[in-house]
Amino acid sequence: MESIAPGAGFERRSRLRAGEVLLWLAIAAAPLYVPGHLVLASQILITALFALSLDLLLGYGGMISLGHAAYFGTGAYTAGLLAQHGWSEPISGLVAAMLVAAALGFAASFVIVRLSGVALLMVTLGLGLLLFELANALADITGGSDGLQGVEIAPLLGLFGFDMVGRTGFVYAYLVALGAFALVRRIVHSPFGLSLQGYRENPARMAQIGAPMAARLRLVNTISAGLAGLAGGLLAQTTQFVGLDALGFERSAEVVIILILGGGGRLYGGLVGALVFMIGRDVLSEANPEYWYFWLGLILVLVVLFMPQGILGGGAALLVRLRGRAALGEAAR
Amino acid sequence: MTAPTPALATSGLSKSFGALGVARSIDFALPAGARHALIGPNGAGKTSFINLLTGALAPDAGRISLSGTDITEMPTHRRVKLGLVRTFQITSLFPDFTPLESLTMTICEREGVAGRMLRGFRRLSHLADEAHALLAGIGLADSAHAITRTLPYGRQRLLEIGVALAARPRVLLLDEPAAGVPEKESGALLEAIAALPDDIAVMFIEHDMDLVFRFARSITVLVAGQVLCEGTPAQIAEDARVREVYLGAHFDG
Ligand SMILES: Nc1ncnc2c1ncn2[C@@H]1O[C@H](COP(=O)(O)OP(=O)(O)OP(=O)(O)O)[C@@H](O)[C@H]1O
Ligand SMILES: [Mg+2]
Repeated sequence: MESIAPGAGFERRSRLRAGEVLLWLAIAAAPLYVPGHLVLASQILITALFALSLDLLLGYGGMISLGHAAYFGTGAYTAGLLAQHGWSEPISGLVAAMLVAAALGFAASFVIVRLSGVALLMVTLGLGLLLFELANALADITGGSDGLQGVEIAPLLGLFGFDMVGRTGFVYAYLVALGAFALVRRIVHSPFGLSLQGYRENPARMAQIGAPMAARLRLVNTISAGLAGLAGGLLAQTTQFVGLDALGFERSAEVVIILILGGGGRLYGGLVGALVFMIGRDVLSEANPEYWYFWLGLILVLVVLFMPQGILGGGAALLVRLRGRAALGEAAR
Repeated sequence: MTAPTPALATSGLSKSFGALGVARSIDFALPAGARHALIGPNGAGKTSFINLLTGALAPDAGRISLSGTDITEMPTHRRVKLGLVRTFQITSLFPDFTPLESLTMTICEREGVAGRMLRGFRRLSHLADEAHALLAGIGLADSAHAITRTLPYGRQRLLEIGVALAARPRVLLLDEPAAGVPEKESGALLEAIAALPDDIAVMFIEHDMDLVFRFARSITVLVAGQVLCEGTPAQIAEDARVREVYLGAHFDG
């Protein structure tokens, strides 16, 4: 093989790849080629960020959550309520959304890190339902099923107003998503990230290599919740509205579907999944709104059957086959 | 005269699953630098004994001490930090990791940097290099970048030991290390284990009596959760009770 230091193959993975730079440049250029669809583009970015938050937990840590909308919605309502009560500065509102959701994630993590399998499914599902009903019951504050009205966001940096075309919203969502991806990228390529993946691969073995996993899992759950809150806050601010569906089970289920569709544990699975899912929904539900779930179900079954590692995993496997066995170690991941 | 502190010791260690006593008041001492075999028929409680020692199982009664420190209540990961490391009878690895990743992860853990979140591996490449050297030492250099689950079982058994060694054990507990390793390689494997530095105390469970008598300097025989007898290989080979337990099954050679 190449003349590299013996352990070097290891850190090569974490090097920034040209494809990644191109991807982010291509997204940044969206106002040039889809100027009329910037609202959808922002929503894709927000969904990708939400899926990224789940990826850290599920794709890297192997911990399922069926109630991730609890954190998304908490962020959305935090940002929305702040704005409704006069705190309309977007960046501080977004930071608040992230922190409140992270605090909820931290509190929940004490229960969650003790669980796995069906118990974990049930508890995360329960958390999602609980917050949904809470928001529904507190209609005086949240607006209940009518949603939160009167959310007004001040111009970004006092300069760029959130307009109907969604240009400011898009740039805002883009920068936040880019920052979040850079952060998660850093985390998953750190020793911490390696141990997180070790936990996914073999939770029982981690203690036997000396890893105090409970504290790390709490931290990951907190970060994941914070990122989900960030996504929720972004949605609230860019749409200047929060509906109960921000906390709904459908949102929790969709983000799992999106991540699995794109491929978990590969950093960009959430982004790819969000692109396919949201554009697919846009196109297919325009033709036959009532059949969208039919098509979604079909796509999901096909992906799970033929690309169990998601679109990215399937793509990587295909690449390996094309390049031959030489590339096996690198590209298969 | 006081005897030197054993590397690992238990007193009155007991554990039952319902009516089944898998450890019945086990008094045991593993001297520093030991090459000790733990033998006994299937279901004798050998694996359970390792589970108790490492904290995977909580004892009903009794104490465990590591170099004189009581570790009975200590969580598993802290025992590992003190140098008490095990391998598994049934391979327990990280299927989607490469051997290099598995060992680097373990070394990061040992060096106390595994909790670092914002540090890349570029500045920790000496740890990956150490992992690579260790892999080379156990004959896995050419599999360093392969995906673990694609490795033949014999190589996975080697990796199982490699992961344990990466934790830099002071007491190494090996649960049937040669099980599943092709017969012509099992001798070399145990030779490598026997040749570990003298400051590592090794206890291994093994059913193959040829290997036991070749590599153990002392033996404990466990039957139905109780220590039947202990001694040098010569003493154990002579022991009538041991012969009775095994009924010649493994002893015809
Ligand atoms: N968690 C458990 N719950 C109930 N019974 C158990 C448990 N673990 C082990 N046992 C039982 O305890 C007894 C001892 O098991 P153990 O695995 O320690 O035996 P062993 O000496 O390692 O046997 P082998 O040589 O087959 O590996 C067996 O009868 C086993 O079925
Ligand atoms: Mg056993």
